[in-house]
Amino acid sequence: MIQLETLTKYYGSFCAVDNVTLNVPKGALYGFLGPNGAGKTTTLRMIAGILRPTSGRVLIGGDDVNRAPLAAKARLGFIPDRPFVYEKLTGAEFLRFVAGLYGQDGLLVERRIDELLEVFELSAWKNELIESYSHGMKQKLIISSALIHRPEVIVVDEPMVGLDPRAARLLKDLFKGFVSRGGTVLMSTHTLEIAEALCDRIAIIQGGKIVAAGTMAELKQQTKSGDIGLEDLFLRLTGGPAAKELAAVLEGGL
Amino acid sequence: MHILQPKWRTALTRARQERASGGTGKAIVLAVVGLLFWAAVFGVLLRVLRYFRGVQEIGALLAGKLLSLSLLSFISVLLLSNVITALSSFFLAKDLDLLVSSPVDRVRIYVAKLGETLLHSSWMVALMTVPIFAAYAVVYKGGWLFPLVAAGTFLPFLVLPAVVGSATTLILVNVFPARRTRDLLSLIALGAAAGIILLFRIIRPEQLARPEGFRNLLDFITVLRAPTSPLLPSEWVTKSVMGYLGGKMDWLPLYLLWSTAGAAVVIGAILHTRLYHTGFTKAQEGAERFVRGGLWQWALGGLLRPLGAARREFVLKDLKLFFRDTTQWSQLILLAALLVVYLFNIRALPLFRGEQVPFYTVSIVSFLNLGLAGFVLASIAARFIFPAVSLEGRQMWLLRSSPLELKALLWSKYWVGTIPLLVLALAITVLTNVLLRASPFMMAVGVCTIVLLTLAISALALAFGALYPQFETENAAQIPTSFGGLVFMMATITLLAVVIVIESVPVYGYLRAAFNQEPLHVSPLMLGAFALVIVVCVGATLVPLRIALKKIEQFEF
Repeated sequence: MIQLETLTKYYGSFCAVDNVTLNVPKGALYGFLGPNGAGKTTTLRMIAGILRPTSGRVLIGGDDVNRAPLAAKARLGFIPDRPFVYEKLTGAEFLRFVAGLYGQDGLLVERRIDELLEVFELSAWKNELIESYSHGMKQKLIISSALIHRPEVIVVDEPMVGLDPRAARLLKDLFKGFVSRGGTVLMSTHTLEIAEALCDRIAIIQGGKIVAAGTMAELKQQTKSGDIGLEDLFLRLTGGPAAKELAAVLEGGL
Repeated sequence: MHILQPKWRTALTRARQERASGGTGKAIVLAVVGLLFWAAVFGVLLRVLRYFRGVQEIGALLAGKLLSLSLLSFISVLLLSNVITALSSFFLAKDLDLLVSSPVDRVRIYVAKLGETLLHSSWMVALMTVPIFAAYAVVYKGGWLFPLVAAGTFLPFLVLPAVVGSATTLILVNVFPARRTRDLLSLIALGAAAGIILLFRIIRPEQLARPEGFRNLLDFITVLRAPTSPLLPSEWVTKSVMGYLGGKMDWLPLYLLWSTAGAAVVIGAILHTRLYHTGFTKAQEGAERFVRGGLWQWALGGLLRPLGAARREFVLKDLKLFFRDTTQWSQLILLAALLVVYLFNIRALPLFRGEQVPFYTVSIVSFLNLGLAGFVLASIAARFIFPAVSLEGRQMWLLRSSPLELKALLWSKYWVGTIPLLVLALAITVLTNVLLRASPFMMAVGVCTIVLLTLAISALALAFGALYPQFETENAAQIPTSFGGLVFMMATITLLAVVIVIESVPVYGYLRAAFNQEPLHVSPLMLGAFALVIVVCVGATLVPLRIALKKIEQFEF
């Protein structure tokens, strides 16, 4: 459903994403992991069509995001890590606006707005300006906006940041339900327990390159690890010694 | 100093980055424009002061009065500007969470933030005074020590409104939530500015220049000596400066300036330690408002239905954001005041005082009025259309990840700005031509040209806004004063000049025919000139829009 073909992105002379090739099959909940600055957000923003790749291409449902952007983006719902929204709109107005961007309006949209606000417990805030929402409420509103047009694919960057445990649980159930109905989710997260519990497949990126990809069993096989959890596997792949050094420094300091 | 370190380090890094990315040209343009402005102020004042110097008995009195009035207007501007700036620096700035949670003494925070407020709100006034003091120094032979005297008197003069402004804000925030206070203040500030403009214009200062306006010299001197209070810091600066320039330095005003500034900082610090924490806590409250918004949907939703869902929602969104942001819509008050002044000026022209109005004078005024109207429209476009792209900045992720065509985005932005501008342009042109009793030919030329110019000015504003975006700004009202805003104004003035020069050919032909009482002969030259104006304006509309689209496509977030 999402295909990345030799995707590369340079910022000046710095290579943020280096020749990444990845295939996210339809109906999969795919985890995209990596340390800070590894290139996760840049990759996801290229998939969403926000950034232009330096080379390579992104296909969503067979449509190239840069050559046939309207068809590709119509399938997509993107949830960014930082909830920047129009602060002077109300929650309902914002959702109506996003639906409009996807060419949708009318009673069906109004019903969908009510449904989503109800699910995310924002109904009481429906007609309040977004500037009075908390960080978590804005994040819930953005998640609602990614679902308003009933996308086939959701690309989500750090979905759990700012969410309370109840909303985090709701989101996990929502993703599971979405995937079981044939939807596809590509999710970047630092919460490895969530990735391990939710994701069918996982890709780990470091220094702009994919260092491992597959199911948990395949990852263990690739790294010749025994019966270890995702956290140990992640640390092994992305610089375990550095993490140990950090722990030593912190212990020394205390 | 340590508290402000991140700020000045950021400024230095930004300057370095600018230089590295070829910002030298930008700096040169800014420097040239700045120097030209300085030279103009200096030149005008030099002539005025030399004239004053030649007037026996009251020359120095006039010069002193002029300085005192200038400083009085500066202190009013500084007070307003400090109140507004203090709201951002003391209560809304992003670094406050870190500062307030750190073990930093409140007095240190106060002094650092006061310095920041002073710098942000006073730099423009400080730069403005350089050519003024320079002109005084040259005319009254101030010598090499004069800059020191000027700086020594002017620094405490800047500190006083900063302290008073910050204290006013502190008290206001303790009464209202900070975000409400911001709305309130921007409204008061703009209302006050509009009031001052109107008042200034309606008292018709040009009448004072008429010698027959004064009955005798004694009356005039009485007026000169009369109103300003001896308690005002502007008066202390004037006395110090004029005393030094007259060779009789009066130290008392200087003591007064420094001691009052020092005392004000101490009182300000005491107030800050007592009230800041409560105010800061209050500032965290949002300006929550319950908005139905149904009226917009009802009134405009149906009207915009033919545009399709995406464009309709985009236009509605832009209108809602504009009218819900007090800092943006309140600028309309100023605009209305300027418009009234504009029409008042046209009405006040001494064209219809004689027995026979020269037909060609009216026609020339009507024609040149196009340039003036174009300039007014450009200033309005700089305020309202130029920031349009910048204001989308942080939300661009949403627009870029949706299937909205960027062309549709640009289209919406263009027409949302152009339609009100067009209405205004037509109102100005038709009304002024009616007031001038211009001929149908001049009316037709005026209306057609202003429509073409408005379309082009709008496109230029949008394009320069996209070429020089300000995505990080928190205050939309500051965007037009950026470098891009300056370049836009320069480009628009060039366009206006080109159009007026080309159109002067057919207008001259028309006037000549009318003067000789011959029938108007439409020559190929006349038609060619009008066609060229159409080509220039259409080009100045389409090319910038295309460039803007390309630029928006290249944005990366």
